[in-house]
Amino acid sequence: MKLTLVTGLTGLILLATIVELLRRRQLREKYGMLWLGVLVIVIPLSLFPRLLDNVAELLGVASGVSLVLFLGIVFLLLVCVHLSWEVSHLEEETRTLAEDFALLRTEIDADRAARDELVRTDG
Amino acid sequence: MVNGKRVLIIIPAFNESGSIADVVGEVRGELPGVDVIVVDDGSADRTAAVAAAAGARVAKLPYNLGVGGAMRVGYRYARDHDYDVAIQIDADGQHDPRYVPKLVDLLDETDLVIGARFAGEGDYNVRGPRRWAMVMLSGVLSRVAHTKLTDTTSGFRAANRRVIDMFAAWYPVEYLGDTVETLVHTARRGYTIRQVPVAMRKRMAGTPSHSPAKAMIYLGRAFAVLTLALIRR
Repeated sequence: MKLTLVTGLTGLILLATIVELLRRRQLREKYGMLWLGVLVIVIPLSLFPRLLDNVAELLGVASGVSLVLFLGIVFLLLVCVHLSWEVSHLEEETRTLAEDFALLRTEIDADRAARDELVRTDG
Repeated sequence: MVNGKRVLIIIPAFNESGSIADVVGEVRGELPGVDVIVVDDGSADRTAAVAAAAGARVAKLPYNLGVGGAMRVGYRYARDHDYDVAIQIDADGQHDPRYVPKLVDLLDETDLVIGARFAGEGDYNVRGPRRWAMVMLSGVLSRVAHTKLTDTTSGFRAANRRVIDMFAAWYPVEYLGDTVETLVHTARRGYTIRQVPVAMRKRMAGTPSHSPAKAMIYLGRAFAVLTLALIRR
């Protein structure tokens, strides 16, 4: 009973955190929805840990809890890979922006030099 | 103009205020008809100001991107300003601009020309893991490019319009991407590559590292980069 209380409370606190972050617009919807979806699965499991025992037996896993652990680790790994992918993408985007910025600055310098030259020859 | 072609010299520079003025000055002295752009890769020193004072155009990146980022800025500039030829030269003064006309001449029948050490001219030798890495890279890349390449990590290269367009759109920013991966990519897309022997000089500033541990790490990374380049699309 004690254990159910601990796991259930943890699930609810996580749920509240995600909702609050979404409410304050600190999380993009795509990530918020992802974590809310996870919690919809996790909270019932934290209250009734034996829910997956049947599925576990079907897959040859001794207990439902082990199955949840295994799936959890696989899921977290996938999330990490996804985040690395997102960071790579962001780095490519900031790189392109930095290059654009450098090229624009070069054009402005060239324009300014040409204008100064014009003023000098006219004056 | 070199042999009737509009030529842009691209010099990527990161904290090279000690040598950049001499390099720019020498290029402009030896090759009066070419334009020079120094791409300052987020230097903390006065590289950009010194290069501008020496008469080069300067593109200053807001932070350090790595050689690949600086090179793509140069190739994008070459594409946008309609240059026939883009030539990359190191900012440390080890490349002799007097070889530039030789590289440009070869671009009539080749898309990418590499100025290579160890190809008969000048004296330059390395030993140990660095040597093995160079042997491995030149062996594999020669087969990929269907031509003999002895100095695949050379930063002395000349590109014609077709390769300028490609590099302006695609230039890897990763480690050794500016040398190994660009060669694989260029060869795979059917462009022709050739090397020309050039003598390299001592760097005007800075020192190369000689630690054996670093050389081993270099070998490992070169191997990883090469493998990745070969399996990538």
